[in-house]
Amino acid sequence: MRQASDLELVSLTKRYGDTVAVDAISLMVPAGTYCCLLGPSGCGKSSTLRMIAGHETVSDGDILLGNQRIGALPPAKRGTAMMFQSYALFPHLSVIDNVSFSLKMKGVDKPARHRRAGELLELVDISAYADRLPAQLSGGQQQRVALARALITEPQILLLDEPLSALDPFLRVRMRAELKRLQRELGISFIHVTHGQDEALALADMIVVMNRAKIEQAGAPRAIFNTPTTEFVARFMGGHNVLSDGGRRHAIRTDRIAVGRGGEGMAAIVSGIEFQGHSVSVALRTAGEDDLTAMVPEAEFYAAPLGPGDPVTLSWNPADLHPLAS
Amino acid sequence: MSELEITAPAPGRSRAGAVQRIPEAVTAWALASPLVLVLGFFLVLPVITIVVVSFWGSTEWSFYPAFLWDNYEFLLTSPVTLSVYLNTLMYTVLTWVFTLVIGFTVAYFLAFHIRTQTWQIALFLLCTIPFWTSNIIRMISWIPFLGRNGIANSVLMDIGLVNEPVEWLLFSDFAVVLAFVHLYTLFMVVPIFNTMMRIDKSLIEAARDAGATGAQILWNVVIPLTKPGIMIGSIFVVTLVMGDFITVRFMSGGQSASVGRMISNEIALLQYPAAAADAVILLLTVLIMISAMLRFVDIRKEL
Repeated sequence: MRQASDLELVSLTKRYGDTVAVDAISLMVPAGTYCCLLGPSGCGKSSTLRMIAGHETVSDGDILLGNQRIGALPPAKRGTAMMFQSYALFPHLSVIDNVSFSLKMKGVDKPARHRRAGELLELVDISAYADRLPAQLSGGQQQRVALARALITEPQILLLDEPLSALDPFLRVRMRAELKRLQRELGISFIHVTHGQDEALALADMIVVMNRAKIEQAGAPRAIFNTPTTEFVARFMGGHNVLSDGGRRHAIRTDRIAVGRGGEGMAAIVSGIEFQGHSVSVALRTAGEDDLTAMVPEAEFYAAPLGPGDPVTLSWNPADLHPLAS
Repeated sequence: MSELEITAPAPGRSRAGAVQRIPEAVTAWALASPLVLVLGFFLVLPVITIVVVSFWGSTEWSFYPAFLWDNYEFLLTSPVTLSVYLNTLMYTVLTWVFTLVIGFTVAYFLAFHIRTQTWQIALFLLCTIPFWTSNIIRMISWIPFLGRNGIANSVLMDIGLVNEPVEWLLFSDFAVVLAFVHLYTLFMVVPIFNTMMRIDKSLIEAARDAGATGAQILWNVVIPLTKPGIMIGSIFVVTLVMGDFITVRFMSGGQSASVGRMISNEIALLQYPAAAADAVILLLTVLIMISAMLRFVDIRKEL
C-alpha cells in the first residue's frame, strides 16, 4: 500500500532542444526518506530536482506524490518546498518577513504569520536574528533562514539544491548533522542534490547515483559503497579499485588489497605513498593497464615501510571482488 | 613572493621610505584636483555668478551691480510665477507617471521575458536608436504626424472616428507631454533595466515556490528590488522636464508656459537679473524635489 507522501518518478524526461538532460528515469522514494541525488556536474540531478519542484517543465513522463500526479501543477500546489543553492533570500525583507513570505501571499494577517514564523525560527535555532536583513547574516545563518522559509509551507517533501556547497568545510559538517536531525524530527522526505559522495554517505537513507542523464544505481549507502554495480559508481564513490579479470571488470575495495613482499599474487611496483591519517594510501603500478590503490592501516604500514619503486605482490580474497556490469 | 619579502626586508623598507617623502594628504589632494578644478570652474563658479547677478538691479534697458531683493520680491509675489510653476509641475508629474509606467514595462519585458542575453542587448540597443538624432529633430518630427492635416488626423477621419480634424493633437499640453514622454522614457528604461538585471532569478522562483502569483511577485519582490533604479530614472526625468524650455515652446506652439520658457524669455529681453533670480528659485525647487525623493530610497547601494 503506497503512502500519501511517497514520491515516484515515472520515466521522467527533460529535453533542452536536442540535448537530453534527464533520460526517462524512474524512481520510488518512500515517505520519510532522506534521499541524496548524487553525481558529477551536468549529470541531470539538478534538472530532476527542479522538475520535482515545478521550476522546470516536464518534457515527458510524470511525477507522482502519493496518488496525485503533480507533474503539471504549479510549484506551490505540489506539496514540495525548495531550498535554493544560493538560498535566494529576499534581500529587502527581514528574516521574519522572509520566513513568513508564503503566509503573506496566502493573506494570513501579520500577527498570525509572525507567530508561525517565530516557531520555525525556533526550530532552526535562529530566533535571535528575526529582525535582521539577510545581508547581515553569515552563510550558515542564511541557510537556516532558507530552511525555515521552505518548511513554513509544511511540505511533504523538502527539496535541497546543493545546500551545503556555499559553506566552509567546518560548517558543512555541522549543518549536515543539523539537516539530518531536522529530517528525523519532521519525518518528511528530504531530497538533497549533491556532488559530494561523503555528504551523501553521511546523510542519506537512499543514494541515487546519476550519470549522463540516467540513474546508475540507487540503494542504501552501504549497498552503494560496498557493492557498486557499475564501473562509474565504483570510481565515483571512491575507495574502490576497478580491475580486469578474465575479460570481466571487477571492483574491489582499496582496503581489501593486501600488499606483501614476495609470495603469491599479482606483481606491482609502488609508484607513490600518501599518508592519510588512519591509513596510508599506496599507489601501485601493475603489469596490466590498471593502476591500483591499496589502503594500508597506518600502524601496519609503518611496521614495514615501503617507498616508491619497491616491488610488491598484491593479493585479495576472491569473495571481495564484485563483478561490474559491462 | 612572500619569500622575497622575508629575505630582503631591510633594503626594501628603507627605499620605500625614501620615495614616500610626499605626505599622503598632498597626494590625495593632487589626485582630486583635476576634478575639483573642472567642477569648480564649470559648475560652482557659474552658479555663484548666477546667485550674485540675481541680486543686481535692472531697468528696462540696462542692469547694474547692486544688492537688491527686488527680483525675488517681484518673482515670489507675482501670480504668474505660481501658475507657471503649477503648469511645469503638471508636465513633470504627467511625464513622470507615463515614463515610469512605460519604462518599467519595457525594462521588465527585457529583463524577465527575453531569455537570451544576445537578444536582450539587441533589443536594448534598438531602444536607443532614436537617440542617434537630436532632441529637436525628434520633436519636430511629431509635427507632420499630429498637425491639423497630419497623419493622425487623416487616419482618424478615414476610419470615420471623427468628422473634422482633432485640434488638440498639436500645439497643446497633450503634445508637450507626448513629446516629453517620447524624449525621456529611455532615461527610465536604462536604470530600471540595470537594477532588474541584478535581481537574482532564483528569487522569483523562491517567490513562486512560496505560492506567490505573478502580480504578488511583481508587487512584493520585483518592485521593491527595483526601487533604486526607479528613483534614479525619476531624478533624470524630473530634472530634465523641470528645466526644459524648447520642448514646451515647440510642442505648445508658444501657447503654454514653463519655468524654463520664462527664464529664456527674460534672457531674450536682456533681463539677466530677473532670469538669474528665476534660475535660483528653479534650482532650489528641483533640489528640494530630489532630496524629498532620496528620502524614500537609498540609491547609494546602486552606485
